[in-house]
Amino acid sequence: MRGFGKRRKGSAILLSVLLLLIAVAVIAGTFWWVRHHLPARIADTAYEVDGIILFVLSVAAIFLLLSHLYLALTLLRFRSNPKAAFVGVTRRSWFPVLAIVALLLAFDLMFDHESNKVWGKVFFRIPSDAFVVEITGEQFAWSIRYPGKDGKLGRSDVRLISDDNPLGLDKNDPASKDDIVLPAGQGELHLPLNRPVLFLIRSKDTLHSFFIPFARLKMDAVPGMTTRLWFVPTKPGRYEFTCAELCGLGHYRMRGDLVVEPMEKVQEWLRQQPTFGETVP
Amino acid sequence: MAALKGETAMAHDIAHGHIAVELPLWRRLLRFSTDHKDIGLQYMFTAWAMAAIGGFLAFLMRLQLGFPGKTFPFLGWLFPHGAEGGILKPEFYLALITMHGTFMVFFFQTAILTGGFGNFLIPLQIGARDMAFPFLNGLSYWVFLLSCLIMLASFFVEGGAAAAGWTAYPPLSALKDLIPGSGLGQTLWLLGMAVFIVSSLMGSLNYITTVLNLRTKGMTMFRLPFTVWGLFLAAILGLLTFPVLTAGAILLLCDRHLGTSFYLPTLHVAGRLIGREGGNPLLWQHFFWFLGHPEVYILALPALGFVGDILACFARKPFFAYRLAVFGALGLAFLSCIVWAHHQFVSGMNPYLALPFSLLTVLVSVPFATILLCLAGTLWGGSFRFTTPMLFALGFLSLVTIGGFGGLSLGVAANDLHLHDTYYVVGHFHTIMASSVLFAIYAATYFWFPKMFGRMMNERLGKWHFWLSLLGVYAVFIPMHWLGLTGMPRRYYAFTEVEFLKPFLPLNTFISVAAFILIAAQLLFVVNFFWSLWRGEKAGDNPWRATTLEWQTSSPPPHGNWGAELPTVYRWAYDYSVPNAPTDFIPQTVPPTTAASRE
Repeated sequence: MRGFGKRRKGSAILLSVLLLLIAVAVIAGTFWWVRHHLPARIADTAYEVDGIILFVLSVAAIFLLLSHLYLALTLLRFRSNPKAAFVGVTRRSWFPVLAIVALLLAFDLMFDHESNKVWGKVFFRIPSDAFVVEITGEQFAWSIRYPGKDGKLGRSDVRLISDDNPLGLDKNDPASKDDIVLPAGQGELHLPLNRPVLFLIRSKDTLHSFFIPFARLKMDAVPGMTTRLWFVPTKPGRYEFTCAELCGLGHYRMRGDLVVEPMEKVQEWLRQQPTFGETVP
Repeated sequence: MAALKGETAMAHDIAHGHIAVELPLWRRLLRFSTDHKDIGLQYMFTAWAMAAIGGFLAFLMRLQLGFPGKTFPFLGWLFPHGAEGGILKPEFYLALITMHGTFMVFFFQTAILTGGFGNFLIPLQIGARDMAFPFLNGLSYWVFLLSCLIMLASFFVEGGAAAAGWTAYPPLSALKDLIPGSGLGQTLWLLGMAVFIVSSLMGSLNYITTVLNLRTKGMTMFRLPFTVWGLFLAAILGLLTFPVLTAGAILLLCDRHLGTSFYLPTLHVAGRLIGREGGNPLLWQHFFWFLGHPEVYILALPALGFVGDILACFARKPFFAYRLAVFGALGLAFLSCIVWAHHQFVSGMNPYLALPFSLLTVLVSVPFATILLCLAGTLWGGSFRFTTPMLFALGFLSLVTIGGFGGLSLGVAANDLHLHDTYYVVGHFHTIMASSVLFAIYAATYFWFPKMFGRMMNERLGKWHFWLSLLGVYAVFIPMHWLGLTGMPRRYYAFTEVEFLKPFLPLNTFISVAAFILIAAQLLFVVNFFWSLWRGEKAGDNPWRATTLEWQTSSPPPHGNWGAELPTVYRWAYDYSVPNAPTDFIPQTVPPTTAASRE
């Protein structure tokens, strides 16, 4: 082929510059974005998860910059090298590779360790005195249930669901009488400030995912199962939660309002809501 | 031994001129051929057609996401059902994302890598006349074509194509009360996948047997080009993991049509009780990802193979630490089979499972980085030829590094509490899987085109294609990472209903415009491909001055690949710039007389 042997220095210089620009733009853009465009942090978990994400991104940024520097400098340095070196054919060439890989492995284990701390807290150390809320997904809204004065959620069963009993509560269970049911899309999720809140997450029809970007948490709602998630809201205000698992045509509008306020205000708001015993005699 | 008999018979035919007439391209594509090169080209043309359709679906998706609520009269004209009045309906949008993912992952990338390049390259690079089972090989292609037609037909049935995502999670994919696409469209999707897997298994069996049994004299496993290693390991992964999805798909069909409860518990759907009992939707997720994760490496391993060989050729240098890279590839293939549940950290599976799966997932970076460092080492001290395939191979290195380090964030479980099912995931797998593997496919196409058709592709057009694609993929997929960090969920029809997402519409519009430019840039490749097919500069047998066997026969190779005698291999595949050698490359077929050789 004509020109195969011809050096194309132009390509070398252009590609080197582009690769460096790309690496810098990706890194700078990412950290700028993290600084300015993340949702407010309203919970302990938001700080913890952001911490790990930033740790991993920072280490990744260093490796990414170094790898692109290597690529760019190698292309530039050898762009008009007349004869290639016959190297890399003996076992000795393994060592630089294995050394860098060992360094990466050390970081991997650190990431995993940090991650397990948060993971363990969220899933294995659920406080026994948490404020309990049940959240149930259906196409395309969330129902909310509070346990009422007795602090216990009444028994429920999909088979008992009817028009006036949207969550299928068992009328014969005394614990369900004082439960407060906010049917799909008809109420806000009120959470107490600085108290651990435990969510029991369920679904009536298909997979959903209870996602609070402001707490950096999500958990799938799986029909036939109850999944759990807890955190401590630390910042009062009005926020949102959404669905993060494809659930059908209205997936994109399956959202809810979330209010974090002092415990007294939550209690006062709860007293104004009718109990299950009052709505279904 | 049957294969050996075939060899004798074929050598006899060739020696006596029984197979002299080469058919024109269109006839090679349209007949039931048992020649691996014809079958490879059949796969390739079909896979590119599926890619074009998949790309068009992506264009429609970005039109909706970048300009929600805007009316585009041509949409109403093209899709009177899916986009009545010029606005995409949610059901059509969800069918688009489902079919885009399915086409691109299985029907384009898997098909072109294993079916296309695997078929074309394996016998040529190991010095065989054909595959071990030529009839099975031909059958594999036509079964693949059938699966493509089943998938395409699903757009035209009542309820439209499947719309439960390419992952087809039940219950959504099980009941048409939940989404219209889960009617006949989903049935066709499941059947299409099952048929595709049958075709893929026929291919995998063939590639594995061929590599193990039909290597020519002197071609030891450690003299194989890295490309063959990649294709060989991908075939093993496919053979071990694809059947699990077939089983899963059959169970899902039972749940859909026979009233069983493998995946379905008792449900209450749209005011109606669905009286199944005891099934669990998580079971499907395990079945799906048991294939779904190795699938990523079924794509990555051949891609790494191509890039390794292309870098060595255009750096005119031996493959750096070749054996270590092979061990890396073996490690990668093994680890890829035991990390699947990292797709399910927040799926509701037992949270204790996240601990081993999270650890194993970050460990993938060990063999992966090993291979990439060997590739990077190959460049040091090279004497570069910046041809189009070399540029795409270098682009691959950049993409795979950025995609890989971006993926570390997803590997550890705690991060997925926030990042799972957001655009961070979409950005990540489009960088590492879609873009980097696509770059490897482009590199391989520009590289082996002269061997396939005897003509060169146009370098000027190829370079423009490269520069625009490189900038395009970064402009499209890096901002998606950012939106994901903010918590923008994936598979949303529009980002207009959730308050905290509303400020990000301008960035979504930017991504869409960048995607349109990126898609348009691919037309340069289409033009180049067809122009070069008929008008390209004639290529000699070995235009890149490469060492591997396929370059030691004519371009295109004749039926049977070699003359009366099979080639004999005397050295490894990377004798570039050997000191004191008369040329800067020594083909594998040159006996070790003058120059020093390895192994």
